[in-house]
Amino acid sequence: MTRRWLDAPLLTIEHLTMRFGGLTAVNDVSFTVGRGDITALIGPNGAGKTTLFNCITGFYKPAQGRLALARKGGALARDVEALTQSARRHAGDLYLLERMPDFEIARDARIARTFQNIRLFSGMTVLENLIVAQHNTLMRASGLSLLGLIGWPRFRAAEEQAIDKARFWLDKIGLLDRADDPAGALPYGAQRHLEIARAMCTEPVLLCLDEPAAGLNPRESAELNDLLLSIRAELGTSILLIEHDMSVVMKISDHVIVLDYGKLIADGTPEEIRNDPRVIAAYLGVEDTEEAVQVLA
Amino acid sequence: MRAQTSILSALRESAFASLVAAGLAFPILALGTEMDQSNRLVLEQRWSWMLIAAGLVFVGRFLVLILAQGRVAAAPVPARIWPPFVARVLPSAGVVALFLFPLVMLFWLGPQGSLKWINNYGVQILIYVMLGWGLNIVVGLAGLLDLGYVAFYAVGAYSYALLSTQFGLSFWICLPLAGLFAAAWGAMLGFPVLRLRGDYLAIVTLAFGEIVSAVLTNWTDFSNGKAGIMSIPRVTFFGLPFTASENGFAATFGLEFQAIHRTIFLFYLILVLALITHVVTLRLRRLPVGRAWEALREDEIACRSLGINTVNTKLTAFALGAMFAGFAGSFFAVRQGFVNPDSFTFMESATILAIVVLGGMGSQLGVALAAVVMVGGTEVLRELTFLKEIFGSSFDPSLYRMLLFGLAMVLMMIWRPRGLISSREPSVFLAQRKNVSGTHVQEGHG
Repeated sequence: MTRRWLDAPLLTIEHLTMRFGGLTAVNDVSFTVGRGDITALIGPNGAGKTTLFNCITGFYKPAQGRLALARKGGALARDVEALTQSARRHAGDLYLLERMPDFEIARDARIARTFQNIRLFSGMTVLENLIVAQHNTLMRASGLSLLGLIGWPRFRAAEEQAIDKARFWLDKIGLLDRADDPAGALPYGAQRHLEIARAMCTEPVLLCLDEPAAGLNPRESAELNDLLLSIRAELGTSILLIEHDMSVVMKISDHVIVLDYGKLIADGTPEEIRNDPRVIAAYLGVEDTEEAVQVLA
Repeated sequence: MRAQTSILSALRESAFASLVAAGLAFPILALGTEMDQSNRLVLEQRWSWMLIAAGLVFVGRFLVLILAQGRVAAAPVPARIWPPFVARVLPSAGVVALFLFPLVMLFWLGPQGSLKWINNYGVQILIYVMLGWGLNIVVGLAGLLDLGYVAFYAVGAYSYALLSTQFGLSFWICLPLAGLFAAAWGAMLGFPVLRLRGDYLAIVTLAFGEIVSAVLTNWTDFSNGKAGIMSIPRVTFFGLPFTASENGFAATFGLEFQAIHRTIFLFYLILVLALITHVVTLRLRRLPVGRAWEALREDEIACRSLGINTVNTKLTAFALGAMFAGFAGSFFAVRQGFVNPDSFTFMESATILAIVVLGGMGSQLGVALAAVVMVGGTEVLRELTFLKEIFGSSFDPSLYRMLLFGLAMVLMMIWRPRGLISSREPSVFLAQRKNVSGTHVQEGHG
């Protein structure tokens, strides 16, 4: 088994710590996310998974730590060091996420995310949700909306393209016939899929999914697996997901990271994680090792 | 058997209601104080009044209960979509009708009789339609509750008043300047409130409105305080004054001089300004920035996760909304020829906000209808002079304006909590344009 996360890291997280007052939610966590990998982040409730996500996507400013993302090629340690020494946020395609506000991380570093509690624009149609996601592309094409105001032809063309892209994703998640319905009227599973499609419309290099399979039935969960695998295969997007559903984790992920009480307790292939005694202990307490093995199997 | 029990229960419920009415009426109706000849208060007992009130409530409640029986709970009304032909023709027909309105009135009622209709109904309503549309950008589209909108109206009015009286600039130069100044103030208010949401945002914008009005009242050197600014140059027909002089509008076009010419011109001016506001808003809704406003109203955090700069988005909403208020303000100044801080009180902000909320947040047509109802309604109250014959000569129906507003608001809360037109028209569609029902649309938190 190749370890892409060591050979070709996309995102390198070093000594990440996040505190809320006296509570340390993430404590000195370091790991790398491989380019083209599906990386799963698991751990018991309250382990700090969502906090870690919020640090990566800029919704929280970490207390300390470095998050370096190399958008295109592999970054040399020397470049990362040079950028860290400077006061800048990025050099070429290398970004230091802890220095960037959330929307710049989405716009420039190209990290897209979904939320544990679905956050769609429920009063807008399914299509509009996907068009809003292409805001920055359309903003450029419309001259910050000013040229669009007078019917600039380039904006028309850009909007056509945006609709085409939305159509591509709607087709992929099987919602083409519901494009003109309000997003809030979709059933739960479809909303989860739509949120992923919306995130993909921003053309991310890294897609962060916070419990995408939560609340899905087994069939929807299997569809989700297929969707994620096809996103990775067709677009080469790397995926980082928080998941409780072990069938999803073990089936599709290349790399698993386990958090417990804010600390990283294991990092390896699904096979290694399944047999890791620390993980088993973390999940069901040290005594119930047998049961934990069953859960993780 | 069933009918019998239901009548019994209706009787029981009516009896209870009349008991409540009697309890309420006891201190209000049954006991009254009257001044006797030596100016002493004497208690007057009017038990019959109380009994009549209780009896009326009993009968009324009983009828309501009996009539409501057998009626099935009405199914929720789906978002209504006009037939395509009507939907296509209606807006342009409305605009044509508005353009013809002053001319029709003039020929029908003559220059004296039509003045009231063109000025009090036409111009007055259109000012509020424009203000409502401007505020609709901030509140209805971007979901940012702004209780100090009148501040930008004041900035526009004072911009024109001061620039024209101090520097002799013409209205046509001052109009865009007033819009720019107001937009700048909008952005200035936008910055400090960027991090505030919901109630906090509302309070700060409210305070901002009060600050502007307080400054205009107290900074006498700048704004001449409560006395206001007088003899502001009146509007000209692109340089031709509306006067009886030789180079006036009437003489140039070979017409007989009449004061109504100016009013009609003002009507067309505010109509064009309001239509510009409308068209710009409609176009912006289909552009990235407009969609970002609506997305911001729906979910700000999701916006940020999609790389939308919410700071800029909020600022553009504030600035654009303020700009239209600035245009309206300079129109107000040129129409009145006089401005003072009394025209820019919180009451004005509340009225404009009420228009937006009554109309249905985000709906252009709804806002226009609400402005007609709210502002036109006030004017209609003034017309109801026949009520004086019923209630005595001291009765002034327009004093009941606020009472009726309150009643209208309560009724709206019950029947149409999301305004007259609550459904939202999507900005783009793939196969078929389907309006989004108001139940899915968020109201915004900021």
